[in-house]
Amino acid sequence: MLLSALLWWPILGGVVMLLMGERSMGRPVAVAVAALELVLALLLVAGFEPGRSGYQFMEHIGWLPMLHADYVLGVDGLAVAMIFLTSLITLPALLCGWDAITQRRNQYMAAFLMMTGIMNGVFAALDGLLFYLLWEATLLPMFMIVGIWGGPRRVYATLKFFLFTFLGSVLMLVAVAYLRLNTGSFDLMAWQEAALTRQQQIWIFLAFLAAFAVKIPMIPVHTWLPDAHVEAPTGGSVILAAIMLKLGGYGLVRWALPVAPAGAAAMAEAVIVLSLLAIVYVGFVALMQLDMKKLVAYSSIAHMGFVTLGLFLPFVLARGADPLAQSTVAVQGAMVQMISHGFISAALFLCVGVLYDRLHTREIAAYGGVVNAMPVFGALFVFFAMANCGLPGTSGFVGELLVILGAMGANTGIAALAALTLILGASYSLWLVKRVVFGALPDGHPVAGLVDINRREAALLGVMGVAVLVVGLWPQPLIHLMSGTAQQLVLTAQMVRG
Amino acid sequence: MMLSLVPLLPLLAAIVAGTVGLKRPALAHTVTSGAVGFAMVAALIVSARVIGGEPMQVSWYDWAFIQGYTMHVGLWLDGLSALMISVVTFVSFLVHIYAIGYMKGDPGYGRFFAYISFFTFGMLMLVLADGFVQLFFGWEAVGLASYLLIGFWYTRPSATAAGLKAFLVNRVGDMGFLLGIAMLFTYAGSLRYSEVFARAAMLAETSVGFWGMHGSVLTLSCLLLFVGAMGKSAQLPLQVWLPDSMEGPTPISALIHAATMVTAGIFMVARLSPLFELSPVALTVVLLIGTLTAFLMGLVGVVQTDIKRVIAYSTLSQLGYMTAALGASAYSVAIFHLATHAFFKALLFLAAGSVIMAMHHEQDMRRMGGLRRLMPITFWTSLCGALALIGFPGFSGFFSKDAILEAVAESHLPGAGFAWLLLLLSVFVTGLYTFRLIFMVFFGELRQQDPGKDHHEHGDHGIHHHAPSESPMVVWLPLVVLAIPSVLAGFLLWRPLGLGEWLRGVVVTHEGSEHAQGAVAFALHGLWSPAIYLAMAGAAAAWYAYVANPSLPERLRQRMMGVWRILINQYGFEALYSRYATAAARGLGLVLWRVVDAGVVDGLVVGGTVGTMGRMGRLLKRLQSGYLYHYAFAMIVAVVLLVTWLDWGGR
Repeated sequence: MLLSALLWWPILGGVVMLLMGERSMGRPVAVAVAALELVLALLLVAGFEPGRSGYQFMEHIGWLPMLHADYVLGVDGLAVAMIFLTSLITLPALLCGWDAITQRRNQYMAAFLMMTGIMNGVFAALDGLLFYLLWEATLLPMFMIVGIWGGPRRVYATLKFFLFTFLGSVLMLVAVAYLRLNTGSFDLMAWQEAALTRQQQIWIFLAFLAAFAVKIPMIPVHTWLPDAHVEAPTGGSVILAAIMLKLGGYGLVRWALPVAPAGAAAMAEAVIVLSLLAIVYVGFVALMQLDMKKLVAYSSIAHMGFVTLGLFLPFVLARGADPLAQSTVAVQGAMVQMISHGFISAALFLCVGVLYDRLHTREIAAYGGVVNAMPVFGALFVFFAMANCGLPGTSGFVGELLVILGAMGANTGIAALAALTLILGASYSLWLVKRVVFGALPDGHPVAGLVDINRREAALLGVMGVAVLVVGLWPQPLIHLMSGTAQQLVLTAQMVRG
Repeated sequence: MMLSLVPLLPLLAAIVAGTVGLKRPALAHTVTSGAVGFAMVAALIVSARVIGGEPMQVSWYDWAFIQGYTMHVGLWLDGLSALMISVVTFVSFLVHIYAIGYMKGDPGYGRFFAYISFFTFGMLMLVLADGFVQLFFGWEAVGLASYLLIGFWYTRPSATAAGLKAFLVNRVGDMGFLLGIAMLFTYAGSLRYSEVFARAAMLAETSVGFWGMHGSVLTLSCLLLFVGAMGKSAQLPLQVWLPDSMEGPTPISALIHAATMVTAGIFMVARLSPLFELSPVALTVVLLIGTLTAFLMGLVGVVQTDIKRVIAYSTLSQLGYMTAALGASAYSVAIFHLATHAFFKALLFLAAGSVIMAMHHEQDMRRMGGLRRLMPITFWTSLCGALALIGFPGFSGFFSKDAILEAVAESHLPGAGFAWLLLLLSVFVTGLYTFRLIFMVFFGELRQQDPGKDHHEHGDHGIHHHAPSESPMVVWLPLVVLAIPSVLAGFLLWRPLGLGEWLRGVVVTHEGSEHAQGAVAFALHGLWSPAIYLAMAGAAAAWYAYVANPSLPERLRQRMMGVWRILINQYGFEALYSRYATAAARGLGLVLWRVVDAGVVDGLVVGGTVGTMGRMGRLLKRLQSGYLYHYAFAMIVAVVLLVTWLDWGGR
């Protein structure tokens, strides 16, 4: 029942918030709902046994018998980690709009709560139809968050977002329907066991990939993300970067790779090329951004390149002392990167939000010397920028290290291109720091009047900072949690490679 | 237990100073100096136990454990790391004391102490690592500290630019370093030194292709790892960041950019000597890069006028000597020079800081002069450092530098003869730039009020009228303390390091080579080598040009304008990176963004549907007027429609 609670409790909370209208109690109620959700997520983490194979906390209820679609929930290590991340990130996403959102405040909070429940459902769903419905349902609150509380070009951004995701999702729907017709069921296990030809698997994989690639986002379907981020309110950006992008990577691990492994193997090299493009090409693009949010958004795309790279390395990794173990290292890296990026990107968007709330611009050129006026904020900004460029001791390092270590087992060139992130990531992150945080502050400059972060903002960024440090200094618990998922994926890849 | 205290005390002190100590200067410097002082005592005690005895190991925790691969955090103390922690904590402690005087009144006082203590922690973790992951952690931690300290005065654009440059150039090296680690991980299947070393011979026999070339895994790994060393130890062509790092406060120039962090690359190659030793190709590259750096950067030092920059180029040159020694397989000798250099170079930097303080933050040597009488302690200690640097007989640098020259002379690598000659010439250059500094700063007349020159940007107006005087005791005491090992370390460490007794079994050492003799015998023998005469000739040339005939340098400069330009521009490296490479990166970024991203992807993929988007936009606008209920309603309708359709389709 825990998974159902994680799925429905925040949705219920959101509905109650909507029924409340615009009464003043909205904000504390929303935070209370989110806090309880986090407690539920902690119970899930505590109850999960990482060593056991298969899914845990299974729930199986007949739903649409005519369709052979059931309400099936269950989690493995990766899903537990993602649910925990989602439930945790919801709090800062709500709290950062505490003062900044002045219109339809309760609806705003309700949208976020519903979003949390739906995304937790996506991570727990083991039935194809349920997964697809929840997957699509995540879009609605996000469209509203951008479309209602967004910036001046929100209509353009929402439409672009819609266009990309819709096209991708339609193809996935075709794949879902095809699999249902072929196996007579929506059950993930049945899909995995179905005897599909290589050709069938390639098409199914490509259809899934269309939906997931948009979300991750992968080149060349990434251009919606910077626009969506720029127009989204801070909380929207936080959820978008920290969780929504991970839906794509998660979808690959849970659905595309296990259901169509031969298709994934056939396409692995193409995906790896696109991943490297994301790391290198987008790294250069990020360098030249004039808007802080766009810079962080492009940096997200580059970091997601490590996720897709790590996930597909098991299909090509072939040399060295122990390719199988090295594949596991790469997959672990990709999954740790998903969690780590959740914290770091959320923190960076929160930082941008802190500045935007004060000066109402995100233009890099409008800032400079912020640390003079806001020393505590300046220190935190530098810290998260360092995490963004993968400094050891922060969570950003773990994923990058493991994926680069794994990549060397495939090819020196792949590893070298991936390792370019050491230079590119540092370039765009620290150049941003130099232009925004450091520098002299002439009298009368608008930045001189800024006040340092208040307790609420300090608490939000502080929690993110602790998370970044804990995962960076001791990733072993997280790695252990997700070890079953990683091994399963490597085995799947091994089987199709023969 | 006591070993764990060595890195942990500075870390805790850094946390205290960086939080509650920011507004309490006395607390900040007491806690950090005290912690580093205790760490030094602990380091000396545990080192005494380890040197000549069994190595010591402390296991902290498993950082990550994946499918039999363990990435471990812990401390490993053997002769090499014992020497390193002793030198690091000793120099760091003195720099802490010195900074109490030097940084007095700076608005970032507490922050400064937090940074240098954190740096000390990072460096200790680096040298105490027992595997590659922790080595990389320390490697990057000192990089972070260096970045923060170079950009310490963050309101100065030149300082933040120098910090960024240092970090990025180091990251170029780190990229190679990480790839080297990944290569070893792939083929040796481990990230622990001992396990990788055990498989070194196997790695040397495994062949690997890379972009059309073929070589052994070992050679490729060593070359990649050495790229990392080139970044941290500022070897050609990644040397450009070190001169600019002089933007930071002088105490950190002494600690980080002379005595410790920049030696990380040297330490790393020595630590990995069981790997490098099996790859003559890699060793040749190391030898030649080191030699070229030693010679070319020494020459640049001759034309500098900023006192700190002269010493910075000297550091580059001396790091080149150490690298050359590594290339000649004289790992222990490289560490020997690392140790003596740490003492005398820290001394020279701190003495320069003392001069800069007395001159009210004036760093241009052309406006100094005659300080010998005004600052006697600084002068005499500087002279000790200078004599040690040029390798005057009996002083510490004499022993370590002569040992390097001998090792290179004995090397059979291709190019070793050329290297030996160039290193010998560099000895003359060293004498020249070192005594040029001594004569310009301490001899002649004070030229401070040079008319026609505007005041230095950092100049404190109004205080300029005071004549320079000797610095306070917290500043000169560290100079005196450092002067002692600058003179004696060569003699004392000759047997343990020059002959490699302390490092036996740790680095690859060559038993029974012909210089296996006592320090006195070696010193006497050294009197017959051309090196000391070249060094003294360099010093004499400096005396002739800057004391006897002070108009000569300017005339020479006019006469040889072309050569001067090449040197002052660092052979064009500076322009290549800061002008062309960065411009190319920005241009590429701009083109990819504006043309490919916005033009091709958005233009073709999205643009084709602009009409649709416009129509959808109008629809959405109408929808937007509603409340959330409407959306929720629409969502439910959509779901119902979808399910119905599927139900129908499924039948």
